[in-house]
Amino acid sequence: MTNALPFPPKKDPQKRTLVPTLPPMARSRASLGLGVMAAQGRFGLQICAACAAVQYPPRDACHKCLSDDLPWQDVDPSGTILAETTIRVSPEPYFRERMPWRMGSVRLDAGPTLNCHLHGEVGRGDSVKMALKLDKAGQGVLIALPLKGSEHMQDDPTLRAMSCDPKRRRILISNARAPMALALTHALLNAGASHVFLGEPEAWLSWPERKAFEGMENVSILPLDVTDTSSIAKLSAEIGGKVDILINTATYTRPGGIVDNDTSFARETFEVNTLGLMRLAQGFGPGMAARVQDGINSAVAFVNILSVQALMPDPSYGAFGASQAAARSISQTMRAEFRGSGLRVMNLYIGPIEDDPWFQPLPPPKVTPNAIARACVQGLVDGLEEVTCGDIARDVYARWQTDALLLEREITGGGS
Amino acid sequence: MSDAIVSMAEALASGQAKIVDLTHTLDPDFPVIILPPEFGQCARFRMEEVSAYDHRGPAWKWHNITLNEHTGTHFDAPSHWVSGKDVPNGAVDEIDPRVFVGPVVVIDCSDGAARDADFELTPEIIEDWEAEHGAIPADAWVLMRTDWSKKSGAAYLNMAEDGPHSPGPTPAAIELLLKRDIRGFGTETVGTDAGQGAHYVPPYPAHYLLHGAGKFGLQCLRNLDQLPATGALLIAPPLKIKGGTGSPLRVLALVTA
Repeated sequence: MTNALPFPPKKDPQKRTLVPTLPPMARSRASLGLGVMAAQGRFGLQICAACAAVQYPPRDACHKCLSDDLPWQDVDPSGTILAETTIRVSPEPYFRERMPWRMGSVRLDAGPTLNCHLHGEVGRGDSVKMALKLDKAGQGVLIALPLKGSEHMQDDPTLRAMSCDPKRRRILISNARAPMALALTHALLNAGASHVFLGEPEAWLSWPERKAFEGMENVSILPLDVTDTSSIAKLSAEIGGKVDILINTATYTRPGGIVDNDTSFARETFEVNTLGLMRLAQGFGPGMAARVQDGINSAVAFVNILSVQALMPDPSYGAFGASQAAARSISQTMRAEFRGSGLRVMNLYIGPIEDDPWFQPLPPPKVTPNAIARACVQGLVDGLEEVTCGDIARDVYARWQTDALLLEREITGGGS
Repeated sequence: MSDAIVSMAEALASGQAKIVDLTHTLDPDFPVIILPPEFGQCARFRMEEVSAYDHRGPAWKWHNITLNEHTGTHFDAPSHWVSGKDVPNGAVDEIDPRVFVGPVVVIDCSDGAARDADFELTPEIIEDWEAEHGAIPADAWVLMRTDWSKKSGAAYLNMAEDGPHSPGPTPAAIELLLKRDIRGFGTETVGTDAGQGAHYVPPYPAHYLLHGAGKFGLQCLRNLDQLPATGALLIAPPLKIKGGTGSPLRVLALVTA
């Protein structure tokens, strides 16, 4: 049984906010693959292409046949805990602050025996489900989870430190007018978020959808425009210390390629999608990064909702795709810059949105606001860095991972 | 002439004449005209710090600003509209600076605009005004006072599903003003035309007819309630933008105190 996470008390204003400490960061090049799998919510290990032996720990040559062809593949996560131990002393500041710490060894049904962290609800002899999670240092680590956990299993302190669970946290959604903002607000509150702040650009321009937010409990609409540095500075000064998760929903979409397009539209596209993200990162990032170890409602994640057009050239949305590709690059750099603080950056890739007028003539499948909201919340709960939502985003992302140049030809018809 | 200038300076110094600022502050949150989204849009006013007495420039502070020619309190040149595209010297840098300073009359429509957001300035209203104040002099600015500048936020554009609702002139009113050979026409709303001005024939009559006739526009004005119906002097020089179709500007009026 895991106890339900209590509501955080008000902070003692006389106590210094804890500075984030991180678990050890150093890894071998081969071991970085654990983080690649964990970032996507996959469980997998290297499997030898020559003899099919499953490898653990990650290595450069097969432990059985010495082949160096060791691709990462999904592996059945079922296993049994062989042994467990409780660590009470550690020279690592991160673990010293969290003693005692339970670890164990798990015999995977797929073969190898793994050293791993233990969820509070599992112990020696238990059948478990292994998971790869990102720890606060952003590295992939193994944790043994119960096959069927209790109601509050997600509140287990070891697991929560690996997740970005919105429960008991305060979230800022950068643009309330975005198509998925309302669905996201409901999903976050249902997931236990304590408050949702929504940015409202251009309050001088009325929008009927605003009514749906008005009167909602634990929801505030505040002025914020990602193209206006002063509005970001002002809101950050007001609530920057209370933003535990920031979800950037601000998007400016206009169809058109590069040669036939208008640089005025393109400039606005970049102002919102690209520079807007950079302004948000500058306005809210440092404050969030300083609050990663601030108790139950610590700052935990910066989420960018990106179009999967960031990954491919699409002449129908050329400038938009360029702005998304640039935003993705900014997001990856943010991830690197925040890594030292433990603040996670999650990219949520989506395809064309249902009922978004800028994608209206496109055929299905499209992604619904509810699906985006679900994927966002689940990605946070699972502590992921890379999430896709909807058939198009999933398909394009998979093709891009397999062969980006082939994807380009598939999309543009080149080489057909 | 020098005596006249000296007299005016003395009147200002002594307080016999005063300056009224008819300009809104350029502010990121000040509304701009909204067109159907597939059209190009008017850029909002934005300001980014270049340095602020810091590592980017230790002893100085300055900003880069971005905005449209038609953002905030602004001047419309004839070349702004298709009807005025061939008007000689129709861009802001080509206009004779003589017209940037001149007489101004104010037609008070504030009661009507308070009652009806779609209040129209009609020839009858202009003729009634002339019956009281005398004929509009040739080459004068004509400003339509509505007190609309006192509205803020969403009430300023007053956007509904059928478009914005704000007062403005009818085509016949503009034709009458053109008969008087005015210099230009100014309003407190986001444009010289009514919010529903697209539905007149011709659409946007103030823009279409005024600029076609080589006349100028001023919009997003304020403090018109501090101007007399006649007798004030308007100072409205746009920035000298090469080929510019308009310009944000500081609009001042000199009035007898």
